[in-house]
This record gives sequence, structure tokens and C-alpha cells, in this order.
Amino acid sequence: MKATATVQPAEVTEHPMEALLRMDRIPHIWCPTCGIGTALTAFAEALKKIDTSLEKVCVVSGIGCTGRVAGYVKLDSFHSTHGRAIPFATGLKLANPELKVVVFSGDGDIAGIGGNHFIHAARRNMDIVVLCVNNFIYAMTGGQVAATTPLTANTSTSPYGNFENPFSLPQLAESCGAVYVARWTALHVRRLARSMTEAMNKKGFSFIEIICPCSTIYSRRNKLGDGLDLMKFYHDNSVIKHGADTREMAIEFQKKIVVGKFIDRERPTFLDAHNDWMKQRLKDKFVAYGGPQC
Amino acid sequence: MKADPKGVLTGEHYLDGDHACAEGAIAAGCRFLAGYPITPSTEVAERVSERFPQVGGVFIQMEDEMGSMAAVVGAAWGGVKALTVTSGPGFSLMMENIGLAAMLETPCVVINVQRGGPSTGLPTLPGQADMMQARWGSHGDYELIAVSPNSPQECFEVTIKAVNLSEKYRVPVLVMTDECVGHMTEKVVIPKADEIELYPRRYTKLPPDQYLPFKPGKDLVPEIVKAGDGYKIHVTGLTHDEKGYPVMNWEVQEKLVRRLVEKIRLHADELVDIEEMQMEDAEVVIFSYGISSRVAIPALQKARGEGIKVGLLRSIICWPFPEKKIKELSSKVKAFVVVEMNYGQMYYEVERCVCGKAKTFLVPHGGGWVHNPEDIYNAIKEAVK
Repeated sequence: MKATATVQPAEVTEHPMEALLRMDRIPHIWCPTCGIGTALTAFAEALKKIDTSLEKVCVVSGIGCTGRVAGYVKLDSFHSTHGRAIPFATGLKLANPELKVVVFSGDGDIAGIGGNHFIHAARRNMDIVVLCVNNFIYAMTGGQVAATTPLTANTSTSPYGNFENPFSLPQLAESCGAVYVARWTALHVRRLARSMTEAMNKKGFSFIEIICPCSTIYSRRNKLGDGLDLMKFYHDNSVIKHGADTREMAIEFQKKIVVGKFIDRERPTFLDAHNDWMKQRLKDKFVAYGGPQC
Repeated sequence: MKADPKGVLTGEHYLDGDHACAEGAIAAGCRFLAGYPITPSTEVAERVSERFPQVGGVFIQMEDEMGSMAAVVGAAWGGVKALTVTSGPGFSLMMENIGLAAMLETPCVVINVQRGGPSTGLPTLPGQADMMQARWGSHGDYELIAVSPNSPQECFEVTIKAVNLSEKYRVPVLVMTDECVGHMTEKVVIPKADEIELYPRRYTKLPPDQYLPFKPGKDLVPEIVKAGDGYKIHVTGLTHDEKGYPVMNWEVQEKLVRRLVEKIRLHADELVDIEEMQMEDAEVVIFSYGISSRVAIPALQKARGEGIKVGLLRSIICWPFPEKKIKELSSKVKAFVVVEMNYGQMYYEVERCVCGKAKTFLVPHGGGWVHNPEDIYNAIKEAVK
């Protein structure tokens, strides 16, 4: 007997992410096959499972391709200056500790121009989540060499190949004091979403690196094929190693990418440490900051 | 609304200008300060770091001035009155996010205790050479407000005023003091809390579905919300429409920039704050501000002693510039003598407004110490010739 089962598509009345995206701003500016869209999809999924009500979730972005995320999420969202998303988020969080503040930005923003803010926010254990899309270059400006470009890779300002050693962001985050550190590629959508939920439900400075080399400029200049080839590359070359030593996961040109959750620990946050310390020193003279004041 | 008595140290004090600025900010309801140490402004942050834990405020010492200013803008959107404090080199670094504050129409205050420049210049000695930077320091077109106190008492008062104006016009307001005023110790009288009037933040009463974050009111200032109130706003440093969404075309740019400029320029007359001394019969007008306005007084007295009709016009609000006042005076008086610790910044504004109707003289000074009153006196003599 011939099987003739036909599946009728369910009537779709709205986009499944409509509640979380500013649909009036779609289409977005990202290139076809760019991993930022995938990262945003994972973020939208992650938001469905967090402990905080969406009214209290804020997204802060800096400048660059990933910096545009703030413009597409239907949350209180702030598109700040280049590199300053983390200090902006610091002010926002301290002004209203009830908020869940998520910094969503790129590697140039967070590790390049904003590197100083990144290490200090991790050191203080500022209670924010940092989601960093690492596309290996300054993509929006045309693919210049970055603090994350793998050695030897060709970029528009390293036309003979990159000779500078890149940052390994999980190692940097861990050594500065982050309480949660993970790395995934744009292929690991479910694991990435789960990680994002975990990070958002955790107190303290949480950091997730999302590897997705720019599928337009980086890929073309380095002859790595199109978006599908990149996905295949992640599939064949990503190695999941939870709890791996972050000193041993530097990204090399077209080599294995160690992914997973590496750090999940507890430390007092800036505000908790501040309040505990002041209470100890000032006793009943201490007046704790009580949330928005005006 | 009145000040919260918990933050107001009512009574007579002996304070330097920096400490008085700190008390002014606290009295005005500021409960967030992000800053980076820099001479000669550190005393403001030091006093705040001691006082805030006792009045329910948060002080954070940031990693640099870019971060400090960004945190201040973020904090303001979180729903707190926020400020930072710095001097020359730090002021330069803050320009990036002062521009952001102007673009996002964020109420906040920046205190600049000016020192000699350029570059590292004279960290421990006064200057007044950041006045044009205060006005135009960040890229692009915008207007903001700058106040300039000339005593510790006034440091207290104008810091409150700065906080109030930042709320009223939704702009960064700069307190342009200097090392001399900042480190000068004098009597400061802090009034009772119910004598201190505060301008409340202009929160919207509209529900989220009717609210447009950058739709201006009649006075060109839009109503604000804070993060977490369910409005799900988007704010961006990109050129944006009334909804707050980025739009990359000249029409939206024109509308936005014009409003950012006009919301201050069209209110210049009500913003003017000048003090006049012996101006009734003056033929020569000394124009000055901050510490230089005090140094000009002995010169004025000496000239008056010789029968020269000279008066002093002191700007307490420097930006917007008291254009109308200078224009009115220029057809009535013989000359203006501008006294400032730089090689001509506000001077050129005076010259522009006088427009050849009177003589203009600059008594310049490179900074590092105040003017010799004798130099000002000589300029007055020159002016009456």
C-alpha cells in the first residue's frame, strides 16, 4: 500500500519571534548567511526561559554589525557608542538593580575598543550578561584586521596576512573574573540558546563568545566558501569540551574550535560586595541604594 | 518638588569649591556618580564616595573617563540623577559620550574643574581654556548648557541649578569651574531642604502604545521614560525619528538636529544668568566669568577710584551665551574688556555680538595663575582712551 500522508502546514498568523522582535524594523541589515541573525534567534529562544520578566530585560549594544541587535529586539534597548556598551550597561544596572542587563555586541566593540571596560566589568563582577559575536574582523567598515583575527588570516588591512596574536576571549574573561564563560559557534543554536538562558539566570558577569566569522568579507578574502561551507566547517571542526582549560582554546586559522561551557562559579557581585562592605563598616549609618530615585 | 532633607547638610560650612559641588549634587538628588580620578577635581568624587553610602547613593570609580560618561548616561536611563566630574584631559575623553547624552537627550551633569592645558598642562593650577570645548567639543551639531561659578557658595548653588536644567531641557549640563574656585575654601551656607526647589524628571503619563520617545512637547523637549517600565523603547546614537528608530536620510537629520539646537537656542533668553556690578553708568564693561571675574574686581575698584565709569558683567550661565544682553549694551557703552584665562574664547563671542559698535579688548592669560589685576586695569585705561 502506498503511503500518501500529506502534512498540511498549520495556519501561521504571526512570526514565531514576533513578540520579541521589532517587526516594523524588519528586514534587518545583516547579510544572508551571517551568523548574527542566528545568534539573535538563539537569544529570542533563550528569553522564553529566563526567570526575569521581559519588561525588566534591557539590551545594550555598541557599534558594528552586532551592535545593531539592540535595534531589533522588542525590549528596552540602547544602541550606545563604540566600545562603551559595557560601561553604559554598568550605569543602567546600578541605577536599577532589578533590571537584567544584556550587552549584545561584537568582538571589535567588546574586545577591541572596549577591551578595557570588558576586563574591568569582569573584575568587578558587574551583574550583566555579555554576548559577544566574534566575526574575526571589523565587518561593518569593510573587513579590517581585529584583535580577534586569527594569525595569517587575510583582511582588508592585513592584505599580506595577519601577524598579530589574537585574544582568546574565554581565557581573558576567566582570568579577569567572569563567573560564567561559554563559547559556541553559529551552528550550535540549541546549545547556544541554553547557554544564554543559563547566563541570564545567573548573577554576576557572564560571558558567551559566539563564533561566526563574517560570511561575506572574511570568508571571501580567505577563500573559505559561502555560509553553508562555514556551517560545514563548524560541524567538522568544533570540539565540545565542557570545563576545558581556557588557556588551551586559542583560535587558529582554520583549526579546531573548542566550544562548551568552561566556567560556572560564584563570586559576590559589585553591588552585593558594595552593600555588604558598607553595612559592615558604616553599620546603621549605611543607607543602601534603593532603586530608581527619580 | 523640594529637595529630600536626607541629602541636605543644612547649616554653615567651611568648604572648598569641589566639596561644595559635591554637596550641591547630593542636595539636588544625584545618587549616582561614575568617575575617574583627575586633579584638581578629585575632591568632588572623594566627598561623594564618603557621603553616598549614607544617603543611599552609588559611587563607582570607573576604568577611564569614556566609561565614566557612558555609565552616567546609562544610569540616567535607569532612573537616577547621575553626574561625573573631571578636568581637562578627562573632559576630552568624555566628549564621545557627552555627544551621546546630547543625542539621546539624557539629563546628566558633568563638572569640569578646569586646569591649565593643552594636554597634561598644569594639573594643579587653574585654567579657563575649555570653554569652547564645552560648547563644541563633541562632534556634530548640538547645544548644551554650561554654568560657571566663582565661589564655593556658588559651586553649591549652580550645581543644583545644573541638575535642574538638565532635567528641564534633557541635555548634559556642564559645571565649568576651575582649580582656583575648586580649591578655594570659603563659607558655604546650605539652606533647608524645603528651600531648595528641584525640577522633577519629565516622565510621560502616556501609555506605551501612545508614547513616542522623541516626540517633542511645545518647548521642543520630549517626555522621557526609564528602563524597566514596560515601554520597550529603543534609543540610539544614530539619527532617529520620533519613535527612536534609526533613519538615514537628510530630512530626519534636519528635523532632529534642528530641534536639538533650537530647544536651547530658543530658550536662551530665559536661560541667561548674569550678575551686574556698577553697570548703571558704565562706559566700559568688563565681561568675565568664574575666578577671573573676581580678579577683575580690584581693577574695577581702582579705575572707579579714578573716576572711570566701569562696570562688571559676569556670566553665571556661559552657554548659551548672553547674546541679547551684549548686543543691547554694545550701542550704549564705549568698550568691552574681556577677562578670561585663555587666549580668546568667550572674547570672540563678545566681539561677534558687539559687531563693531564698541571697542573690544581681551586680557588674555595662559593659565597657571590668575590675572594680575594691574593688567586688567591697564586694559580699562586703554579702553577709555
